[in-house]
Amino acid sequence: MASSNRTFDLAVIGCGIVGAACARAGTRAGLRTIIVEGSLAGGGATAAGMGHIVVMDGSEAQLALTLYSRRLWQQLIPELPEAAEYRSCGTLWIAEHEAELELARRKQAKLAGQGVACEILDARQLMEAEPCLRPGLAGALRVPDDGVLYPPIAAQWLWQQAQNAGAVMRSGAIVTRIQEQAIHVAGGDRIQAGAIIVAAGSQGAELIPEIPLRPRKGHLLITDRYPGFLRHQVVELGYLQRAHAGTESSVSFNLQPRATGQVLIGSSRQYSHDRAVEPDVLSRMLARAQSYVPRLGDLRGLRAWTGFRAATPDDLPCIGPLPNRPHIFAALGHEGLGITTSLGTAELLLAQMLGAEAPIPAGPFQPARFFIETSPAGHA
Amino acid sequence: MKTGSVTIIGAGPAGLAAAAAAAPYATVTLLDENPGPGGQIWRAGAGTTTAAAELWEPARQAGAQWLGGCRVVAADAHALLLENATGAQRLPWEKLVLAPGARERFLPFPGWTLPGVLGAGGLQALVKNGLDIRGQRVMVAGSGPLLLAAAAFLRSQGAIIAGITEQATRRQLAGLAWASLVSPEKRKQASGLFRQLRGVPYLTHCWVEAAEVQESSHKNSGWLAAVRLRRGNRRWREPCDWLASGFGLAPNIELARLLGCALAPAAEGRPSSIAVDDFQLASQSNIWCAGEITGIGGLELSLLEGRIAGLAAAGQTALARRWLKARDRQRHFARALARAARLDAELRRLPGDETVICRCEDVPLGRLREYHSWREARLLGRCGMGACQGRICSDITGWLWNWQYDTTRPPVTPARISTLALMAANAEKASSSEFIL
Ligand SMILES: Cc1cc2nc3c(=O)[nH]c(=O)nc-3n(C[C@H](O)[C@H](O)[C@H](O)COP(=O)(O)OP(=O)(O)OC[C@H]3O[C@@H](n4cnc5c(N)ncnc54)[C@H](O)[C@@H]3O)c2cc1C
Ligand SMILES: Cc1cc2nc3c(=O)[nH]c(=O)nc-3n(C[C@H](O)[C@H](O)[C@H](O)COP(=O)(O)OP(=O)(O)OC[C@H]3O[C@@H](n4cnc5c(N)ncnc54)[C@H](O)[C@@H]3O)c2cc1C
Repeated sequence: MASSNRTFDLAVIGCGIVGAACARAGTRAGLRTIIVEGSLAGGGATAAGMGHIVVMDGSEAQLALTLYSRRLWQQLIPELPEAAEYRSCGTLWIAEHEAELELARRKQAKLAGQGVACEILDARQLMEAEPCLRPGLAGALRVPDDGVLYPPIAAQWLWQQAQNAGAVMRSGAIVTRIQEQAIHVAGGDRIQAGAIIVAAGSQGAELIPEIPLRPRKGHLLITDRYPGFLRHQVVELGYLQRAHAGTESSVSFNLQPRATGQVLIGSSRQYSHDRAVEPDVLSRMLARAQSYVPRLGDLRGLRAWTGFRAATPDDLPCIGPLPNRPHIFAALGHEGLGITTSLGTAELLLAQMLGAEAPIPAGPFQPARFFIETSPAGHA
Repeated sequence: MKTGSVTIIGAGPAGLAAAAAAAPYATVTLLDENPGPGGQIWRAGAGTTTAAAELWEPARQAGAQWLGGCRVVAADAHALLLENATGAQRLPWEKLVLAPGARERFLPFPGWTLPGVLGAGGLQALVKNGLDIRGQRVMVAGSGPLLLAAAAFLRSQGAIIAGITEQATRRQLAGLAWASLVSPEKRKQASGLFRQLRGVPYLTHCWVEAAEVQESSHKNSGWLAAVRLRRGNRRWREPCDWLASGFGLAPNIELARLLGCALAPAAEGRPSSIAVDDFQLASQSNIWCAGEITGIGGLELSLLEGRIAGLAAAGQTALARRWLKARDRQRHFARALARAARLDAELRRLPGDETVICRCEDVPLGRLREYHSWREARLLGRCGMGACQGRICSDITGWLWNWQYDTTRPPVTPARISTLALMAANAEKASSSEFIL
C-alpha cells in the first residue's frame, strides 16, 4: 500500500466529526496528514448525535470551549453545503416554574458576561416564541445564536476539505496499536507519522487505556415532516442536572427542529454498551417530551436509534498530548457536545502541537489529569 | 375446553385460515389494519368477500374476536403495541401467529414514479375501492402470475388491457407450466385466467423501458402518456392511461424481525423471508409464521400454512400433521415459480442517473453511485430516511448492488408519539386514549 511507505507529519485516528476537524486543521497548518478510519467515516457517534451547536456553561472550561467553537462554526456557515442543513434556530432553555426562571436569570447573567447574546422570555413571550409549548410554563432563556446542523454531512465536508488540501484517507483500516511515531493497522500495516491524534470516539480507550472513557448511551427519535411545528431547539433548563444526575437512566426534554421540517426528539442518558433501542427508556423520553409539547403526541414517529457519548469522569474532553508520550495527542471524551466542540478541539490541539498560543486555556483539557496514577518512570 | 390464547396478526388467507383452525381449541384474536378481514386478495372495499367470510364465520362462531383497523407498531416478548385511528394500547400475547403478508416489489425505470404508474396490486385495490377504470387503457407489465390475475380483474371492471408484458422468457415459463402440473388448482386457475384474457396481447421476454409523461399542453398534463416497450431488438411505443407494474412481492418481515425471528437462508435475487420449521414455528418459541412472510407462494400455500400454524399454536400438532404433505407440494410449486420469475439482469440497466430510487426523500440513482453501502447512502444521501423507512428502496438497492439492509427497531411502522410513549410495560396511560377491545 502506497501510503504506508510514506511518512506523514500527522496521522489522525478516527474520522468522526472530531477527527475530520483535526485533519482539516492539520492540512491548514501545512502538515502532511493521513486520516485512518476503521469503519464508515462519520458513522460513529457523529451519525447518532443531535447536531445542536450550543453554548453550555456546565463549567468555566466548558463555556470557553463551546463558545469558542460556536464562533468557529459561525465563520464556516457560508461555506457549508446545503446538505449540512445548518439553521440558526437558537435555543430556548425552558423554565418550568418560578424557581427555574431564577436559574435562567443567573445563567443569562453569566452568558451575557461572556458576551453571549441572550434574553429572558416571560411566560407570554415564550408562548409567542414557541406556540407548541404547553401553557403555564414560567418562561425561558433564549440564546438566539445557537444553531443546528446535520452532523454526518458536516463531518464529510470537513474531511473533504482536508482531502482537497492533500490529506490522505485510509478507510477500512482499524488501528490496533500506537507507538510514539507510528501506528499499526490490522493486517500488519504500519504508518509513520511525526504526530498522532487519537480521535477514536468512545473506542478511544482501547488505544489509550489511561483515559477513563465510558460509553453513555442516548436515545433519539425522529418524526415525519411537520414544517413550522417547532422553531427553536427547546431544552428543559434542568437538562444538565437531569442528564448528569448519575441515576441508572435519565430522560430529559430536548426537541430539535430539522431543516426538513422533521422534529428530532431527545434524549436519554445511561451507561451501557448495548445498542438496542430500549422500549422502556424510549417511552419515558417521549412521555416527558409530550408533557412539555402536548401536540407532539399526534406527530408520527418514523425511527428511533441510539448512540454512545464518550464520557469522562469530569465531563470535560481530553484535548492535548499524553504526558508520557508527547507526540501522541488525545481528542477524546466529548460526551454530548462533540459536534459543537469539534472545531474548537482541532484548533486547541493544533496550537499545542505547533507550540502556538492557545485560543482558550488548554489546562483543564489536559489528558495528564487522568494519568496521575501512573508511575513517574513513564511507560515502558 | 379451550387452552391458551392465540393472537393472529394479519387477516389475509393465512391469518383467516389460522383463525378458523385455532378457534375451536383456543381463545383467538385476529387483528388487521384494514377494517374487515380479507387481506390483499379478498379485499372488498369496506365489506367482506364471500371467500373471507367462509373462513371467518366459523371462527367467529367458535368465539374468535375481531380487532379491525388497528396496526401493530411495536412488540416485545409479552405484548403488542397497537394503534388505531383514535388511540393505542398494549395487548398482551401468549402465542402469536404472524401472517402479515407481503408488499409489492417495485423495480425502477425512467418514469416509474409518474402519476398513472402503479403497482399491479395497488391499481386493483384502487378499483376495488371505487376507482372507475371503464374504458381506460391499461398496460400490465412486470413478471409473474399476479400480472394475469390483475389484468383479468381490471378487464372484468371494464378496463381495456393494452397488453401484458412478462420479462421472463418463454422457456422459463415453460418450466413453470411443468411445475404447475403438481397442482391441479393452479392449472385450473391459469386456464381460467387465459380464457378471461382472450384477445389480450401477452408478450414474453418483453418489458417497459420507460414511461412517458403527457405534454404540458395536454389536458392530462403531467400524467402517464405512454410506455416504451422493448422485446429483444424491437422497441416501440404504446399509449396508455395506466401502467400496472408488478415484479412480484416482498414478505413483510419487520415485525417478526423485531421479535427476534431468524431469516430463512438467502436465496439469490429473492427478498428475505422468515425461517420456519415443519409446523410453521419460527426460531422464537410461541411465534408461528404463515403465508407470504415465509416466502412468496400464493393463495393455496398461504391457506395451508395458516391452517398448520393455527392448529400448532392451539396445541393441535396431531391435526396439523395431516396438512404437511399438501403444504410441501405447494411449496415445491412456489419454488419453481420463483425460479421462473427470475429477473433478467438487463433490467438493472433501465434506470438512468435521474431516475428516482428513494421516493420518500427524492434521491436519484446518480447520487447513490457515490456510496458503497446502504448505511452510507442513508447517512450521507438520505436514502430510505423517509416515511417508508426504506421498505421500497432498500429492496431496489439490494437488487441493484446487493446492499444489505437489516436493522429493525421499534416502531416497525410510523406511529403517533402518544402511541410510542406507551411502549414500556409500565407506561403511564396518561396522554393517550385507550381503545377498548
Ligand atoms: C444521543 C446523542 C445526542 C447528541 N447530541 C449532540 C448535540 O446536540 N450537540 C453536540 O455537539 N454533540 C452531541 N452529541 C455528541 C456527539 O455526537 C459526539 O460527541 C461526537 O460525534 C463525537 O465525535 P467523534 O469524532 O469523537 O466520535 P465518533 O463520531 O464516534 O468517531 C470516531 C471514529 O473513530 C473510528 N475509530 C474508532 N476506533 C478506531 C480504530 N482503532 N481505528 C480506526 N478508526 C477507529 C470510528 O469508526 C469512528 O468513525 C450527541 C451524542 C449522542 C449519542
Ligand atoms: C440529525 C440526524 C437526523 C436524522 N434524520 C433521520 C431521518 O429523517 N430519518 C431516518 O430514518 N433516520 C434519520 N437519522 C438516523 C440515521 O438514519 C441512523 O438511524 C442514525 O444515524 C443511527 O444509526 P443507526 O444505529 O440507526 O444505524 P443503522 O443504519 O441502523 O446501522 C447501525 C450499524 O451498527 C451495526 N449494528 C447494529 N446493531 C449492532 C449490534 N448489536 N452490534 C454491533 N453492530 C451493530 C449495523 O450493522 C450498522 O452498521 C438521523 C440522524 C441524525 C444524526
